[in-house]
Amino acid sequence: MEVICVNDFLISISNIKYHDILEVFDFQVKHNTITCLVGESGGGKTTLLKLINKMINPTEGIILYENENISEIETLEYRKNVGLLTQKPFLYPETIFDNFKKVAFFNNLLLDEILIKGLLESVSLNKPLDFPVSKLSGGEAQRLALVRLIYKNPKLILLDEPSSSLDQQTENTIIEYVVKYIKENNKTLIIVTHSDNIAQKYSDFTYRIKEGKLKGRDNFV
Amino acid sequence: MIILFNSILNLSYWQLALAYTFVLIVLVLIKSIGIAKEKELLISSIRMTVQLIIVGFILTYIFNYPNFFITSFILLLMVFFAIHTIFKKFKGKLSYKLKKVITIAFTLGVFPVIFFFIFVVIQVKPLYNPQYVIPISGMIIGNSMTGITLGLNTMVKRFTLNVEEIETSLILGATPRQASKDIINDAFDNAITPTINSMLGMGIIFLPGMMTGQILSGTIPTTSIMYQIAIMLGILGGVGIVTYLCLVLGYKTYFNSQKQLIYDSVSK
Repeated sequence: MEVICVNDFLISISNIKYHDILEVFDFQVKHNTITCLVGESGGGKTTLLKLINKMINPTEGIILYENENISEIETLEYRKNVGLLTQKPFLYPETIFDNFKKVAFFNNLLLDEILIKGLLESVSLNKPLDFPVSKLSGGEAQRLALVRLIYKNPKLILLDEPSSSLDQQTENTIIEYVVKYIKENNKTLIIVTHSDNIAQKYSDFTYRIKEGKLKGRDNFV
Repeated sequence: MIILFNSILNLSYWQLALAYTFVLIVLVLIKSIGIAKEKELLISSIRMTVQLIIVGFILTYIFNYPNFFITSFILLLMVFFAIHTIFKKFKGKLSYKLKKVITIAFTLGVFPVIFFFIFVVIQVKPLYNPQYVIPISGMIIGNSMTGITLGLNTMVKRFTLNVEEIETSLILGATPRQASKDIINDAFDNAITPTINSMLGMGIIFLPGMMTGQILSGTIPTTSIMYQIAIMLGILGGVGIVTYLCLVLGYKTYFNSQKQLIYDSVSK
């Protein structure tokens, strides 16, 4: 019999509420796994990612990160470990390099051009560092946003359904890049999607969210 | 021929009455264009006249009988009305927290500038001499009010329109201050630019009001430029300090203690 002790979980949520938008009864994420949250748009999936990223607080209940209440962890310290890639990421003007400058500035990191070029290559974004972000396609912008997030080296990546702004192939490419990165670097990933295919293909665990309700293990796919 | 600078041409009542010819001319122009502004023009002309007559009498009395308490009271009244005007002039809704910030920033910023200017730079004697304190404070307060309004409009507009950018910065590990940096810079730039531009154009494109007034009342231009330079620098200080305080305290009203954006404060 497998015994799961509380410490196994990177994220552990039980009985939280966010206004009338979302109710999560039971949701756990283990270290170094890929967890998919499947549900229709407007079902509260993005809200859950925002809660886990500590962009907003639950109106009821607590969220545990490595067994510690996230509202008691210093926010900046917490966000260093947890990174969210939004559906349509915002890119800073003007160039690709300017985007890394921002992350380095926010996190007191050194600007390592070799590392940046390597990261860009790893997602097949073969553009010079002074390339203007305004000229990037939707998929390229998403990939830049991904490596920009990876540059700060978070333990947990939250990926919010890139498909809503991209075509199917570009979406798959992004997800494949993220999954590859997660596996190669022993990280943890939560993907929000409306697609069962994505869940079946990539996830270790899948949860269903319906009309703002996530009922946990009973709803395991 | 030598012209004496100190000769003052006093305007007689009928000379002043002749100036109202311009009101009549503009009235005719307004009528011929066909915009419904006649009533507004008449009211504003009458209001200006009545207000200035009253102020003229009050100031004459106050200048003749300088009193510490009256000067202080007028100073406080000017600051109160300036803050009230900032609230009124603001396009949109100001939160209670932001109103508090404006009041604190304006009061904390404008009084030290006025005191420094009057007591240290000009060294007025007695210190509460209303002939100096009132007009100089008026100029510093008035310009600071315009500056803070411009800065505030930019800040509030940018916070409402740039939620995505702020969210992204927070996600990427920025402190609220770092996430608001571009907004604060932009707002400060918008607030201070008119003052800097007017310094650039001064003496070439236009003669500033205070200097013109002093020259008309008989002061030699070399003295009046000294005052003008000093007051311009005082205004620069007032606008700069008041706006800076308002912005560095104001951005905090958009975030909570957990470094989260307060979404209610940026809803359109």
